[in-house]
Amino acid sequence: MSYIPITDNDVVEMLKVIKAKSIDELFDIVPEKFRLDYENFNVPEGYSEQEVFSLLNDIGNTNYAAKNKTFLGGGAYDHYVPKIVDFLASRSEFYTAYTPYQPEVSQGTLQYLYEFQTMICELSGMDISNASLYDGASAVAEACSMAIAVNSKRKILVSSTLNPNYLAVIRTYFSYNNVEINILDSKNGLSDIDKLDTAVDDETACIVAQSPNYYGLLEDWNDFTKYKEKYSDLLIVGVSDPQALSLIKSPGECDCDVYVGEGQSLGNYLSFGGPYIGLFAEKQKYARKMPGRIIGRTEDVDGKEGFVMTLQTREQHIRRERATSNICTNQGLIALRCTIYTVLMGKKGLPGIAEICFQNIQYMAQEISKLDKFSLKFKNTSFIKEFVIHTEHPVSELVSNASKNGYNISPLQGDETDSLILLALTEKYNRANIDDFISYLSQYNCS
Amino acid sequence: MNTPDNLKYTKEHEWLKIEGNVAYVGITDFAQGELGDIVFVELPNLNDTFTQNDIFGTIEAVKTLADLYIPVSGSIIAINNNLESEPELINSDPYGEGWIVKIEISNIPEIDALLSDVDYSNLIG
Repeated sequence: MSYIPITDNDVVEMLKVIKAKSIDELFDIVPEKFRLDYENFNVPEGYSEQEVFSLLNDIGNTNYAAKNKTFLGGGAYDHYVPKIVDFLASRSEFYTAYTPYQPEVSQGTLQYLYEFQTMICELSGMDISNASLYDGASAVAEACSMAIAVNSKRKILVSSTLNPNYLAVIRTYFSYNNVEINILDSKNGLSDIDKLDTAVDDETACIVAQSPNYYGLLEDWNDFTKYKEKYSDLLIVGVSDPQALSLIKSPGECDCDVYVGEGQSLGNYLSFGGPYIGLFAEKQKYARKMPGRIIGRTEDVDGKEGFVMTLQTREQHIRRERATSNICTNQGLIALRCTIYTVLMGKKGLPGIAEICFQNIQYMAQEISKLDKFSLKFKNTSFIKEFVIHTEHPVSELVSNASKNGYNISPLQGDETDSLILLALTEKYNRANIDDFISYLSQYNCS
Repeated sequence: MNTPDNLKYTKEHEWLKIEGNVAYVGITDFAQGELGDIVFVELPNLNDTFTQNDIFGTIEAVKTLADLYIPVSGSIIAINNNLESEPELINSDPYGEGWIVKIEISNIPEIDALLSDVDYSNLIG
């Protein structure tokens, strides 16, 4: 059956009803000079596929930064993505971004999402994970929202070492919700723990703390979770890169209530900023307030294992205005990539990658600190794959110059002194690459 | 449909079993039948106080969710902790093991506004 949304007769009939002579007449409100002149509409002749390919390649090649070595961090990282991730994720059985509603036709999808949840739980040390949210930033905001739903308090305390983009999304979420957002100061690149005593009170719904933090430095979630002894309703939200969690003590082990993070680093390209994936896991007792979809394992009538969406009464389509979140979907395809990548890397590979990053970045830091015009911003060197450097050379100029010389680097967001750079390094780069970069930077020594 | 004559009822399908100035609260046989398999009950805390018709909790079936309305004003003096692990008690024994909370009634005359078993039976037809 052909699908014809509107016939010529339909048009005539509709025009009659609204008393218009023609469709063109409906556009009379648009001034003549802004309307397309079909008579004199000059479009060049079509190209062949080969010509188009060549033309677009030429245009693409002018984007020299795409071929640069990328030392950008701040929440998205240029890790190597093994080809098997692309291959398996693009198989037609998997290649749908949509969430499955019918378990009887979606067992494969439901199973990988269940395995995804299991892996996120293992990495984060939590009891229960959802099937993912949109991205790291919205996951952090959702965690705050859930904390407010759990304990009915109206204050959020956010460490200033949290990724500033995540803070921006928290602010957007609570623009009109009568929620007070307070910022905990930082000292030497870390949350200023001494100020916690005065910053936390009876009305604090949650504290949000990131490790490794925005400056790349490790923080101790125990410094925050100990406040739960005094304030029994308080939730601690631990934010982290899942790659790093393979190496450090997990938020769950440190008694955080919720883990949230950006999952891009598990088998996903930078892709110019998205789609990425929000990770969200927590302690069992908050299960009924958790945002997003949850896949559960169950048994069918014959006692065979099967997977279904579960605890759906939390969700907006059932709970309506009482739901704690309006997110009733997930990043299925990206979750699939994370699952394939994490399975491929395994319990040795994942920390193995993080260790290579650690060795790379420590070497880079050591070499940079030898340069005259560059130094480490913080004395603390407990970083895994990114850190902040200080330079006497104007950063804006340096960044632009570096991009023409083969390196993508970026200023530290929010730095008004034009002297700080956030440098990240993954396993994709080796010592020779680092030495080349150091020798590039060293030319600024004589200027 | 089982509608015992020793209970008071609300239009929202709760029942009230009065014993002096305290009372048990639950949902009716009709309500549990309409909801289907009950999987979770969100209970209030002890000593919470409510005014008549306030929402004091929610009840979840597999694919739906309903609010629980307090039939008369009062404070919560007991909650049925068994429902945490066995919410299906509400399905199997709505007027007995499936009770939800026990309240101390703060305004006895409010009882007059509640439905009798006959009124309630007529309501659900």
